[in-house]
Amino acid sequence: MDAFSQLMNGFAIAFTLKNLMWCLIGTTLGTAIGVLPGLGPALTIALLLPITFKVDPTAAFILFAGIYYGAMYGGSTTSILLNTPGESATIVTALEGNKMARSGRAGAALATSAIGSFVAGTIGTLGITFLAPVVVELALKFGPADYFSLMVLAFVTVSAVLGSSAVRGLAALFFGIWLGLIGVDLQTGQARFTFGLQELLDGINVIVVAVGLFAVGETLYVASRYRYGKDEIVPLQGSLWMTREEWARSWKPWLRGTAFGFPIGAMPAGGAEIPTFLSYYVERKLAARPEEFGKGAIEGVAGPEAANNASAAGVLVPMLTLGLPTSATAAIMLSAFQSYGINPGPLLLQSQPELVWGLIASLFIGNVMLLVLNLPMIAIWVKLLQIPAPLLYAGILVFATIGTYGITQSWVDLVLLYAIGVVGYLMRRYDFPTAPVIIGMILGPLAEQNFRQAMTISAGDWTVFFTRPLSATILVLALLALAGPKLYGLWGRPKPDHVPGDA
Amino acid sequence: MASEGAQGGDGISGLRPATGELIIAIGVLLLAAVIFWQTAIIPVSPIYAKVGPTVVPYITALGLAALGLSLLYAALKGGWQPDEEKETVPDRPALLWVVAGLALNVLLITYGGFTIASVVLFICVARGFGSKAILRDAGIGAAFALIAYFGFAQTLGINIGAGLIENALNSLFGLDPGS
Repeated sequence: MDAFSQLMNGFAIAFTLKNLMWCLIGTTLGTAIGVLPGLGPALTIALLLPITFKVDPTAAFILFAGIYYGAMYGGSTTSILLNTPGESATIVTALEGNKMARSGRAGAALATSAIGSFVAGTIGTLGITFLAPVVVELALKFGPADYFSLMVLAFVTVSAVLGSSAVRGLAALFFGIWLGLIGVDLQTGQARFTFGLQELLDGINVIVVAVGLFAVGETLYVASRYRYGKDEIVPLQGSLWMTREEWARSWKPWLRGTAFGFPIGAMPAGGAEIPTFLSYYVERKLAARPEEFGKGAIEGVAGPEAANNASAAGVLVPMLTLGLPTSATAAIMLSAFQSYGINPGPLLLQSQPELVWGLIASLFIGNVMLLVLNLPMIAIWVKLLQIPAPLLYAGILVFATIGTYGITQSWVDLVLLYAIGVVGYLMRRYDFPTAPVIIGMILGPLAEQNFRQAMTISAGDWTVFFTRPLSATILVLALLALAGPKLYGLWGRPKPDHVPGDA
Repeated sequence: MASEGAQGGDGISGLRPATGELIIAIGVLLLAAVIFWQTAIIPVSPIYAKVGPTVVPYITALGLAALGLSLLYAALKGGWQPDEEKETVPDRPALLWVVAGLALNVLLITYGGFTIASVVLFICVARGFGSKAILRDAGIGAAFALIAYFGFAQTLGINIGAGLIENALNSLFGLDPGS
């Protein structure tokens, strides 16, 4: 198949010393921030966005993808040993993983989660390799109206389906869309919502918003309830070598988890929560000893962990082929593309083949690196968990300042950063999801652009979105997605808590 | 419905308006109003009358207004937060320490420079998280800030905010402060 030879070219690019180094930096940094509570891949990539001015796009995306995958691996370590999920996608891992750790089987839990992540990440990356060209074929038929509808679908699913409340999710989304509207309108040159401030003409930098929400808001929130709960780190116990029985109980959940994670992640809806929860329920149903669930069943770690990593891989499919980010991290990667002047979309594979295939090849390599980083070297990462919270959060805020004021030297940016931080705190306190803000901010202007193009083509006829079959189908799906959670709620799944460093 | 006095505190509390949520809902409505007002003052050239720069802003304002009303309704009905969440009082002193750190950082960074501002921020945040070892925090914060400053200046040539300390050290070691 053609994808195969392309992939081989990709490996040639990824296997240069320079790109291997970027991959190693990314996976190492990703694991570290995944392990550390309060830091996530979206925040980290946002803070690193300025390097897009210094390094070539292939290197930057290999770095970002390494961080993205690495955070998924690192997050599970924190879930298992600390019971505080590092990432929203690893909530389910904490359910069984922490129980295993408490009964002295931390080693096996970490091993099944790392190897499961590797299996799922590798299969998921294979999935990208073969699915991406197919989606591109399809996407080339899309007109502006179809794109707009697709973005509406993504808006609805990321904000209304994945959180605990459609109203709060959508409110967060609209807030993000508004932030994205600030600045000069590129089509008419008209300034919007700048309140007379020169600094706002170019729009608000996504770094300021991401860092404000994920670093400043998060720190304020954790500070406001820090004294109520002290997390206890479970020491690393038990062999990292899984027994024959543990292997036998793990491999099927890995594969099933991958089968849930990748397709759901690859849909324009994205999200790792649904596949991880699905995987957990299925494993509990299929388990030979379901009574072990809730007391530390290895299947309950293996399956969801695989689902989580496979969905992380899946999210890259709509991002690379449609330019459609379905997680905050993907949205920030999209803005990195924009800062290079590259438009992700169906033409990306043709116009930037070395970037796309080099990136995909480096994901395979990164997975191998991550397996090594997260199993034999796990003890190093456990040490990171012992950093005292006062120093950790003080450091996070100093870094947040560097990432915004340090780069732009703009006083307005710094004040905005802290103001958005306060908004982020209130959002966390009152249970609004923060990821839709970022997605709305990045995707909103693109949706507006497609909306206006579609309207111009149709000469101002609003019905264009309903008369084109593709667009109409997608809008119906969006409507179903909005009504769907009511049906889904009948399942009685536990509500996923909002967690620090949400991606 | 139920006779008075027969109900325990739990049943009634669900029907009382929740103050925090009420403020949030009003905030969302106010934001919608501001967006509406700011959109109304965007001049629109007749060429773009059909899909001009105000269409999406109006949709955004309307969307937020509708969601704000829905939140307001929920807040009046007792709010959406679970009871345990409502009963958790935020740790005000801790929040104040962090906010003070942020405010001082803004004030100090333009005049005092990155290191001074960072050390003050570091101490305040650490204090907010219950650290009592001010000297240790100051030391770690200073080391952290200086490494970051010189790291950026020397490897990337980016000046992340030179001030009193940075300029003194730069002239002491004869370093290029970066741009």
